[in-house]
Amino acid sequence: MSSWARLKGNRTVLVAGGALVLLAVLALLGPALSPYALDQLDWQHLAAPPGLTSGHWLGTDRLGRDLLVRTLEGVRVSLVIGVLATAVSVVIGVAWGATAGYLGGRTDEVMMRAVDVLNSLPYLFLVIVLTTLVGRGSVSVLLLAIGAIGWITMARIVRGQALSLRHREFIEAAVAAGGSSAHVLARHVVPNLAGVVVVYAALTLPQMVLFESFLSFLGLGVQEPLASLGSLVRDGAKDMQSALWMLLVPASVLIGLILCCNFLGDALRDALDPREY
Amino acid sequence: MLLYAVRRLAAVPPTLLAIITLSFFVIRLAPGGPFDSEQGVAPEIRAHLEAAYGLDQPLLIQYGRYVGGLLHGRFGPSFKLRDVEVTDLIAQGLPVSLTLGVLAILAAVLAGIPLGVLAAVRRDSPLDRLATAIAVLGIAVPSFIVGPLLALIFGLRLHWLPVAGWQPDAAHLVLPVVTLALPVVAYIARLTRGGLLEVLRADFIRTAHAKGLSGTAVLLRHALRPALAPVVSFLGPATAAIVTGSLVVESVFGLPGTGRYLVEGAINRDYTLVMGMVIVYGALTLLCNLAADLAYGWLDPRVRHE
Repeated sequence: MSSWARLKGNRTVLVAGGALVLLAVLALLGPALSPYALDQLDWQHLAAPPGLTSGHWLGTDRLGRDLLVRTLEGVRVSLVIGVLATAVSVVIGVAWGATAGYLGGRTDEVMMRAVDVLNSLPYLFLVIVLTTLVGRGSVSVLLLAIGAIGWITMARIVRGQALSLRHREFIEAAVAAGGSSAHVLARHVVPNLAGVVVVYAALTLPQMVLFESFLSFLGLGVQEPLASLGSLVRDGAKDMQSALWMLLVPASVLIGLILCCNFLGDALRDALDPREY
Repeated sequence: MLLYAVRRLAAVPPTLLAIITLSFFVIRLAPGGPFDSEQGVAPEIRAHLEAAYGLDQPLLIQYGRYVGGLLHGRFGPSFKLRDVEVTDLIAQGLPVSLTLGVLAILAAVLAGIPLGVLAAVRRDSPLDRLATAIAVLGIAVPSFIVGPLLALIFGLRLHWLPVAGWQPDAAHLVLPVVTLALPVVAYIARLTRGGLLEVLRADFIRTAHAKGLSGTAVLLRHALRPALAPVVSFLGPATAAIVTGSLVVESVFGLPGTGRYLVEGAINRDYTLVMGMVIVYGALTLLCNLAADLAYGWLDPRVRHE
């Protein structure tokens, strides 16, 4: 059975993938279709509970801002940061891992030792150091910081694969044909890593989304008036005793998002790499 | 084993020095000083401030002084909190954070391993499915959602447990420790289940059954030790997860631990405070990783002789 057939035959994939696509489309289009803006205050409906009568389907926050729009905006911010940070970590991880694995020897040793040192530190600390340096609130810095640290597992996995590719005939043929190391790496090694890279990118995405939310929850990530799921959860938690929906709305969306990503990543792994797991 | 332990231990100081050096220079070379935000500071006062903190010296001398101070357990003065030494902040907060962390790891091991064993032994039973569901949720639901919800249910609604504040009694510790332990329980249960299922298929398990041992004896005496290897090697990353989680837990439950200082330090751009925290937590993680590796070496003799 082909990988694609295996993927399509899996009901989890259909449900999780469908939910994810729906959420992404809603996040992209929803705010434009809604009569409310992200930072628009509705003085008639401060902290209104979810319902149809107020016109705010998922209620409002303490300042009267529409929670549906803010949550969708949060999904958008979380997804954009998640996807871009994943891309950053894929680029660094693949370049680092493929180079180390393909060149081998002393270079490999030094490069992987650096990875070990980075890996022995709690992830978050490096990001916090980075946010200390550049100040808070810059989304581009945030995603660079998250991505720049998320590549470590990717580098390890890619290195292992590149190591096993090194002595395959087609690589030796490319070297014998006079290809430089850079050429062989870019044209012959990296394309053969695609399967593994896709799988781990899919598994990295939810981690990045969670990570961004985590930083925003602590107040180190996205700043007002922008919203991310993490900052919405933080605001909601402050008012949870009197206005539980402010916590539950963004929290359940975040959990759903992560669950869908996880299911999809696992299914992708099973489909592309049925032998290993 | 001893040789292996010594060799691994010897790698700790250079790694720690690398962390210190890296964070020192990265932080010092970044644009913007700690006194930038104080508006209206006259140049003379600013020069005095910088002289008082030793910032007018060449970078290498500052580095030497900082490392020298570290050897005496001094992390320098906080840049933002007046008349406060970073060492004092750490000394106040660390016992709280360590208590939380150690209890959470213990709780996670004590709950996660039995859960995983039960799931593996009763494979595909409702119990197994329940354990799997707990594992999936534990990984997908972040602590910053679990914490507030637990506080709401058990504290604000049921009034069983206090929601915030620090008293070294059991009641105040339950919710933070549970919040912190939950994702680790999920991982440990999943790893135990996977490891045990694999080991139970091995030939030596069939031999143990064949010589007439009871199921429990096979499980406890033969299967469990090799099955726990992945769990032990996860304990290193688990401490990192606990450390990260403790930032959230301390902020949700208002606990006076060190995590709070790290976040506040980052928000206020208090360089010495952030560096002190990074070094303390870096050392802690290194030691925990080391302990996990040593335990792994004890469990699996092949590792030591590599």
